[in-house]
Amino acid sequence: MRWRAPSSRALVLALPFLWLGLFFLAPFLIVAKIAVSEAALGIPPYAPVARWTDQGALALVLNLENFTLLIEDSFYLDAYLRSVRVAGISALICLLLGYPMAYAIARAPEARRNVLLLLVILPFWTSFLLRIMAWIGLLADNGVINNILLALGIVSEPVRLLYTDAALYLGIVYCYLPFMVLPLYANLVKLDPVLLEAASDLGARPWRAFLAVTLPLSLPGILAGTMLVFIPAVGEFVIPELLGGPDAQLIGRVLWTEFFTNRDWPMASALAVVLLLLLVLPIAWFQHLQGRATEGR
Amino acid sequence: MSRRLGRIWIALGVGYAFLYIPIALLVVLSFNDSRLVTIWTGFSFRWYVALWRNDALVNAAVLSIRIAAVAATGATVLGMAAGFALARFGAFRGRGLFGAMVAAPLVMPEVITGLSLLLLFVALAESVGWPGERGLTTVTIAHTTFATAYVAVVVQSRLSDFDRSLEEAALDLGARPWQVFALITLPLIAPALAAGWLLAFTLSLDDLVIASFTSGPGASTLPMVVFSALKLGLTPELFALATVIIVVVSAGLLLALRLGRVASARAGG
Repeated sequence: MRWRAPSSRALVLALPFLWLGLFFLAPFLIVAKIAVSEAALGIPPYAPVARWTDQGALALVLNLENFTLLIEDSFYLDAYLRSVRVAGISALICLLLGYPMAYAIARAPEARRNVLLLLVILPFWTSFLLRIMAWIGLLADNGVINNILLALGIVSEPVRLLYTDAALYLGIVYCYLPFMVLPLYANLVKLDPVLLEAASDLGARPWRAFLAVTLPLSLPGILAGTMLVFIPAVGEFVIPELLGGPDAQLIGRVLWTEFFTNRDWPMASALAVVLLLLLVLPIAWFQHLQGRATEGR
Repeated sequence: MSRRLGRIWIALGVGYAFLYIPIALLVVLSFNDSRLVTIWTGFSFRWYVALWRNDALVNAAVLSIRIAAVAATGATVLGMAAGFALARFGAFRGRGLFGAMVAAPLVMPEVITGLSLLLLFVALAESVGWPGERGLTTVTIAHTTFATAYVAVVVQSRLSDFDRSLEEAALDLGARPWQVFALITLPLIAPALAAGWLLAFTLSLDDLVIASFTSGPGASTLPMVVFSALKLGLTPELFALATVIIVVVSAGLLLALRLGRVASARAGG
């Protein structure tokens, strides 16, 4: 359909463009501004960057202290590194668990695929917090797993499962697994079985055919799924807070504490700016994959 | 080959077990009579009664549903426009920026989105005097914004594998573009819009982090109340709440699946 009238076309575009510009893009500029302002007592708790001096001139007061502190204080640097590591390992576990699932669903009879896929998505539609709560019920000192272990006499006193790194990884993998399976499935279902037959006719064993044909062709799905897990997981707050130990100081949790507990808005903003800089490349890459996926249809 | 496929099915089974054991646990323990949630003493409905009488949870649920309904509707309108522009407008000026603004919220860590929106609301309140106080309105705007991206993706992908011959036929027969949109395009993408609305509704209902940043005193959404309760420990009412949500969502999805089957059977495919 040609949209000959430019006015209706412009209107369709302007509405989401302006909305996202105002409520998604503009806020980042404000974050950047507040990151270079000084913390102050008051509402809101920061000092203006641009001030009128006594002589009536406009002065810009840039406070880069927050950023120097971020580099010098190993607490923040460690939090960034730990977040990236936790998110990376979680994405890898999701891939190892999700790939066979996506593969099996893509190879299932066509009539079954929707139901199988729905079963992967269904947990995602139920409350995320309450599913985390289920893991607390399983892992706590008086939780279900410890009760079973005690009743069977395998252990004599409860094993510490909750508030450990294992619980943290479990929670992240559990919550983000659907985000890995969906793009992988979308990719694998389009794979032409003829290619695998050809490989097999040429004498490739199934495992070799998988490595030579399926795996390389599913690379876009692997990348999209990894990004969908990795990027949000780097900034994850709820799972480290509820399942991780006190030392699971991931950057989302640190930012939350700076903001809500210490009421240091400029510091929280500086943390957000650096987190965003860290994620700009992965996000740009994800967007590139998204764009290619839709053009390729 | 069949043995290998067998192993693949085992992997699928393990995956589903991993996804569903915690959910089954929520349902089973919600019927536990004991106040100590994880120690089974007997079958009881008492925590459902307690949930119904828990004003803090019920009020928060009502507030969350109101926010989610408005945010999902707003996000569906904005997301439809955005998805339409991306799928149909070809190369236009600012497409790169627009595409980035639509795709980025899908992966943006919630703490960044939440903090930046709050700072925007504070800056707006200082410069133009709006919003006077944060609460229902600001959370609704925040949820509309991030849910728009999800709706846009759903609509865009529906439009890109969509048979355009019907639209072209209507145009050839003299229909105006808006008539074609209202009579042909809209009904054909309606399932995607419904799916997008439901997705946006669920995302809004489920969001803790962005709501915590953008809400104000006196407007606590359901996840905010659940989160502060969870910080103090497990309570049986929360297990009852989880079960109610699981039942409603499963029923809704089954219904959607059935309706989808009926619709595709009618369409002859």
